[in-house]
Amino acid sequence: MVERRPLLLVVQHAVLILGAAVFVFPIYLAFVASTHTAREVNSGLPLLPGDQMWTNYATVLGDGLSTAGAPPIGLMLMNSTIMALAITLGKLAISLLSSFAIVYFRFPFRVLAFWTIFITLMLPVEVRILPTYEVVAQLGMLNSYAGLSIPLIASATATFLFRQFFMTVPDELTEAARIDGAGPLKFFRDILVPLSRTNIAALFVILFIYGWNQYLWPLLVTTDESYYTVVMGIQRMANAGEETPQWHLIMSTAILALLPPVVVILAMQRLFVRGLVEVEK
Amino acid sequence: MTLTRSATAIATLMALGATPVAAQTEIQFWHAMGGALGEKVEEIATGFNESQDDFKVVPTYKGNYTENMTAAIAAFRAGEQPHIVQVFEVGTATMMAAEGAVKPVHALMENADIDWNADAYLPAVRSYYSTPEGKLLSLPFNSSTPVLWYNADLLEQAGIDEVPSTWDEMFAAGEALQETGHDCAFSFGWQSWVMIENYLAWHDAPIGTKENGFARLDTELVIDESESLTDLLQRIADSTEDGTFKYGGRRGDSLPLFTSGECAMWMNSSAYYASIKDQAEFEFGQSMLPLNTDAADAPQNSIIGGATLWVLDGHDDGDYQGVAEFFDYMSQPEVQADWHQSTGYVPITTAAYELSQEQGFYEEEPGTDTAIKQLSLNEPTANSSGLRFGNFVQIRDIINEELEDLWAGNQSAAEALENAADRGNDLLREFEDSNS
Amino acid sequence: MRTKKVTFRHRWLPYLLVAPQIAITLVFFIWPASQALYQSVLRQDAFGLKTEFVGLANFAKLFNDPLYLESFVTTVVYSAMVAGLSMGVALVLAVMADRVVRQATTYRTLLIWPYAVAPAVAGVLWWFLFNPTIGIAAYALDAVGYDWNHYQDGGDAMTLIVIAAAWRQVSYNFLFFLAGLQAIPRSLTEAAAIDGAGPVKRFWTIQLPLLSPTAFFLVVVNVVYAFFETFGIVHATTSGGPGNDTVILVYKVWRDAFEGLNLGSSAAQSVVLMVIVIALTAIQFRYLENRVEY
Repeated sequence: MVERRPLLLVVQHAVLILGAAVFVFPIYLAFVASTHTAREVNSGLPLLPGDQMWTNYATVLGDGLSTAGAPPIGLMLMNSTIMALAITLGKLAISLLSSFAIVYFRFPFRVLAFWTIFITLMLPVEVRILPTYEVVAQLGMLNSYAGLSIPLIASATATFLFRQFFMTVPDELTEAARIDGAGPLKFFRDILVPLSRTNIAALFVILFIYGWNQYLWPLLVTTDESYYTVVMGIQRMANAGEETPQWHLIMSTAILALLPPVVVILAMQRLFVRGLVEVEK
Repeated sequence: MTLTRSATAIATLMALGATPVAAQTEIQFWHAMGGALGEKVEEIATGFNESQDDFKVVPTYKGNYTENMTAAIAAFRAGEQPHIVQVFEVGTATMMAAEGAVKPVHALMENADIDWNADAYLPAVRSYYSTPEGKLLSLPFNSSTPVLWYNADLLEQAGIDEVPSTWDEMFAAGEALQETGHDCAFSFGWQSWVMIENYLAWHDAPIGTKENGFARLDTELVIDESESLTDLLQRIADSTEDGTFKYGGRRGDSLPLFTSGECAMWMNSSAYYASIKDQAEFEFGQSMLPLNTDAADAPQNSIIGGATLWVLDGHDDGDYQGVAEFFDYMSQPEVQADWHQSTGYVPITTAAYELSQEQGFYEEEPGTDTAIKQLSLNEPTANSSGLRFGNFVQIRDIINEELEDLWAGNQSAAEALENAADRGNDLLREFEDSNS
Repeated sequence: MRTKKVTFRHRWLPYLLVAPQIAITLVFFIWPASQALYQSVLRQDAFGLKTEFVGLANFAKLFNDPLYLESFVTTVVYSAMVAGLSMGVALVLAVMADRVVRQATTYRTLLIWPYAVAPAVAGVLWWFLFNPTIGIAAYALDAVGYDWNHYQDGGDAMTLIVIAAAWRQVSYNFLFFLAGLQAIPRSLTEAAAIDGAGPVKRFWTIQLPLLSPTAFFLVVVNVVYAFFETFGIVHATTSGGPGNDTVILVYKVWRDAFEGLNLGSSAAQSVVLMVIVIALTAIQFRYLENRVEY
């Protein structure tokens, strides 16, 4: 604080608290909806939590979810986790390697390789989804974790950010390593990767959330219920055709589906924020 | 890949908690029934699987109707198609035009070693999915038709003794309701289906040329040529002013308007029975769609909505015996009657209707036979057999868009219908071009 | 393109290092994208049974379609509003949080997590909130005399998708603004305070100018987000309605392919989008490239 103005301080906290409240409100309502019966939710939602919380969550977690038209939620959560982790780790691995090559080596076709990768930077999967599906089908990767995750690894965001970061690493480190007789791989493993720790953390969060939140792609490539992801499950429950969606159960599932990415982002908050900001600067 | 496979195996085992069954031919069945309906579909499949040992029907939910259909088409292009896919009624023309991709049900049944008769299905249902020569293309599964849902408590409060049966009575009821301080008299969902397609069939007027597209691909929409429809839609649009009509969104999004008691009447699918029963805290009922006495003296018949099961080509011949047996199983009166009674879809075979009557279902649940009465009110004419337009999913979107601009007061009913017909006809020509 | 001044030398190692990413990019990006390119000059029925080469007809049709051009305008307006709203709110919150140094982390924790919510789920949440009949937000608006109906009113519908899209993005912007503000040396603001500049004046003369690089970066990120990543929100809330009022380009690509099964037109639209993406990437890349040099 540069100066003391009690009134200003109050205003600041008021704005922040209000902001935070507005932010949390939709999720709070989802939680409220998950603690009432179907009828209460459909006839105008009360603002306070009800007493059906255990019943609803037990239904969702137990065997009863099939009445809402979805496979067991434990399985869907596991699939989402596998898919999100595969995308995250796969993308981190290939991007670290390729950006290392692009920044630290001069080799023929380097520029071509660079642009081949970078052209994918922002085009979302929805836009090229049907041809991509055909490729995956031809490769026999429908209904597999590979089919769920590998095509989504084909994006350059992480490579781009690592490249930006590597460019800021002082050349002295490289020279020192060379003088010590360290080869490129040793340099990569012992110096570059540890230095990128916060960036890796930031990307881990971003990519995990990205992978976890996919909807259209898993819907298309899975026909086997044992590969369903939880976001698909929510949509399946909400698209109940001519009957009323069971909002209380949908919202319980939504809350459960929210937990893993929220836990990831909160647990890694410090590293995430530092890494994110360092990279972009 | 090995890793993936073993992970797969583990996941599958965890999911099923059972040992895999060998030596059965699997029949893949992709459907769009989420929620409790999906569970019912699985029940039917289980019933079939337990009835014999040679085949195993595997039902898979693939998203809503559009997602399911597109997934199946994408799969076909990649050579990974299911045996059976559930397609909604407006996708009929697209499926039908795909010669070489689909196996018509009449051919399937003739080739199979099975005694089966398509005449078991109700004429209004059968005609929608048959060639002009009367050959059945796909198996009717879940069908419904729009009805007038009413809030009996509200009508009674306003002193309305008879449920409106004409549009004049609808508006009179609106006035009576407003006198008691109740704004919204009616709303509807699936507006293209309810207010245009069914309105025209109900009054025996054409939706498009060439027998609503049944006869040929060079059909054109004529929805802008019915004066009574134009006038009625204009009258409805004008009545948004005082709130007599309130628009509540596409598909079934307006359901809460009715179940919360905000609107006294609601026109939409009879299949909403279970939802309304579950939520409405008032006396409700269903009755036949209102008649516009300017257009006809008596109603013709309404047309169906819902979906049918299409068979995709490209599997082993032996598999199709299984598909045929499954279809035969699904046509049984007990299966059909159970499906009808637990879902609110109309009974689509005569036997299932009769069985439900015998079981006393309509006495227990009064009004649930409104839909089937409406459908079988008269022998369907060329105007009321249904419709068969290509690109109709998009055309319905266009109709939605133009009507929304009408409700918002941006254009007149005449303009809305004309624009919809023009834009729709462009899509019909496109469909004709890419399928001839 | 720049590399390090100090580099390693190896004959085959760099190829090995880039190989996995190049392979995945070729198989799952370049190949499908080139198929989209090819598809855009074809007319084909949905099942791919009949194919006809039509040249640029799909593109010609697209650019003669007033609705497609309208969709462009809608997308630009929508993106501008999403970027403006999410950055504006984030900036206000960040400035406040920056000033309450000690509790900044607490507020950050409270504000960070909507970022984790899937667009498909966010769509469902906001649909629920603004449903004209059972939604609480609609109810509150009704109480103050506004008859909310996003099914009928295009303005309401646009407001809904802008709020839903901006909601998630505020978290992201907030993080950057807060970090940017915290990086401004305290001595600068303190000196200004001693000179008698109040908090508002200090914001305009010191903090905002120093934040402008962050802001520019965020504009690009937010526009790209609104352009391409909010498909799930439109899909779950308005489906493009009423009329064509909320049909953004990505939604149209998807709808024409998935609902319309009009693969030629959809592919042509994908190609247009790819061009836009490449242009935006180039702008962002140039900008970031320059920034790193300082």
